[in-house]
Amino acid sequence: MIERARHLSEFQIALRNFRKNRLAVVCVYVLSVLYGGALVAGFLSPYLFKNEDRNYSYAPPTPVKIFTEGQLTRPYVPAMELTFNEYNARVYKIDLVKKYPVRFLVKGDEYRLLGIFPCRYHLFGVEAPGRFYLLGADARGRDIFSRLLYGGQVSLSIGLIGVLISFMIGLLIGGISGYYGGRLDDILMRLCEMVMMVPGFYLLLALRAAVPDSFNSVQVYFAIIIILSFMGWAGLARIIRGMCLSLREREYVLAARGFGLSDFKIVVSHILPHTLSYSIFAVMLSIPGYILGESGLSLIGLGIQDPYASWGNMLSDAMSIVRIKFAPWILWPAFFIFLTVVCFNVIGDALRDCLDPMLKAEGEAQ
Amino acid sequence: MWRYTLKRMLVAVPMLLGISLLTFVLMRVTPGNYLDTIRMDPQFSKETIRHYEQLYQLDKPLAQQYIRWIYNLLHFELGYSFHYNVPVHKIIGERVWNTFVLSLSAFLFTWCIAIPLGIGAALNRNRPVDRAVQFFSYIALSFPGFFLAMIFLFWASQTGILPLGGMHSPDYDRLGMGGKIVDLLKHLVIPTRALSVGSIAALQRLMRGNMLEVLGQRYILTARAKGLPEGRVVYHHALRNAVNPLITLLGYEFSSLLSGAALIEIICSWPGLGSLMLTAVRSKDVYLVMASMLMGSILFMVGNLLADIALAKVDPRIRYD
Repeated sequence: MIERARHLSEFQIALRNFRKNRLAVVCVYVLSVLYGGALVAGFLSPYLFKNEDRNYSYAPPTPVKIFTEGQLTRPYVPAMELTFNEYNARVYKIDLVKKYPVRFLVKGDEYRLLGIFPCRYHLFGVEAPGRFYLLGADARGRDIFSRLLYGGQVSLSIGLIGVLISFMIGLLIGGISGYYGGRLDDILMRLCEMVMMVPGFYLLLALRAAVPDSFNSVQVYFAIIIILSFMGWAGLARIIRGMCLSLREREYVLAARGFGLSDFKIVVSHILPHTLSYSIFAVMLSIPGYILGESGLSLIGLGIQDPYASWGNMLSDAMSIVRIKFAPWILWPAFFIFLTVVCFNVIGDALRDCLDPMLKAEGEAQ
Repeated sequence: MWRYTLKRMLVAVPMLLGISLLTFVLMRVTPGNYLDTIRMDPQFSKETIRHYEQLYQLDKPLAQQYIRWIYNLLHFELGYSFHYNVPVHKIIGERVWNTFVLSLSAFLFTWCIAIPLGIGAALNRNRPVDRAVQFFSYIALSFPGFFLAMIFLFWASQTGILPLGGMHSPDYDRLGMGGKIVDLLKHLVIPTRALSVGSIAALQRLMRGNMLEVLGQRYILTARAKGLPEGRVVYHHALRNAVNPLITLLGYEFSSLLSGAALIEIICSWPGLGSLMLTAVRSKDVYLVMASMLMGSILFMVGNLLADIALAKVDPRIRYD
């Protein structure tokens, strides 16, 4: 019997090694759930992010009951009524007489599915006078679960788009700088150092100052992405430059030059692909920085503005720490920020481990 | 060494100029300055506003304003803060000092915990202790510092052991020398811990990695073979070489603490440069922003420079010039 030899490409080998890391694979699934949830936030959430009811300020998570007097029934939520105790603190009384059955595919606030199709159906919810707060309510009586999903759209996408922009700039500037060397290299690297020399958060604040107050939420969102990418490219550019300095001396680059390829083409299609294995895990490990940057900015009120949700600005409620005591559920966004950051870190580390042999092999070939 | 230091400082000058220019442009690219706020206030007459405008040359073209600022800077004048109504240099010195105190405290705390932890983890490699340390480091690395600060503040509010933010107690001035120090240290606990948890995790991992690498070297085998006691092998031969690469990190570590401190300062209401910068940016106080940026960058740079010098002192293989 002839045994067929299987040939695996370097990429396939890396993928196989990656799959061996159980934790990293779990993290990929967790991230998929988070991103998927954010993508169809309108459908999964019972309410729109700005649907508020001031009668339910800081309402606790609604209990879901499945028993009526010992009998198993369909799940329902009891009505909640706002009362005040002797210290004038809010107490929500549960009224078991009024029941609102939990329904699936209920009609509610209109939203746009995937940002395109107008739709009124929500995966679950309760009929109008009842309110269903899966994870509690915020100061204005908005559903935290819904806002987490909508906030994920902002917080999760900022990381991806930001990293994409800053890596394109970083790769290009690093590549050009390393390939040409000389005067151009000097100027570009001084520019890099200038950006890196300013403490990150100060630069963030100064850049934010340049965004006009007249911007609307969408414009602010893009402004924040641009600000974060402006801060992120320098570190990568320096490392890519170092790699290109040695790559440009290789024979195949000489050959490409001999064939009369344009410099730009050589950099983009012959030099930069060799820095790919480094870039892949560097991307993963730098996404948390963007997410935390946005959260930090929104936390102090300079990021995404109310009523739009982002994990950072939802957390700004918890800045007055006394609230944490009587409404601990306002800390949910922090948990999701943490979860996302952990996942990206684990995946980044796993990628580095399985791409490293390739990096080492490249180093030895020189 | 002196030549190298001098050269680095000379290179820094055009960069600082670039940073200040960038800040100036960023601040002025959007319409409005602090005088617009004053204009709204009926308490100020038109003449007063004119007077201010002429005094700080806000009616001149932008380029001229910037050059004027540089000219003033050369005379050690940082401009005037409209928001606080005092010259910038009167507030900024204290703020720089406060930020420095916080960063230094976080820095010392980080190194004092992380280095022994890393050594311990490396010596107990793959034992439960090491596993536990690595697990918690991973969690700590992904924990946002601002969230940690909130949790600590909440904890302090519930137990009442530690003060809730700020830098001094209200009765600070009446305390004796010892009391003042204790008071300051008490206020330092929360921001320091919030700042350093992440850095401890990162540094501990690096230290562990370095230590393991060094312990695998041949000269360690030699040291053991010639019968040196284990303590001497570890602390005399291995440790010195394992710490070396970390010294380059020293300055960067300090710098990153400085940058991370900004957000923690704001949350813990620590009167440092970061919270000053936030106030300045919010009220469009141009000169205050520029001075804060400049001071932040200088602190940052000094950190990096000291790191490079320290490395050369520790490692005789490294020569500058």
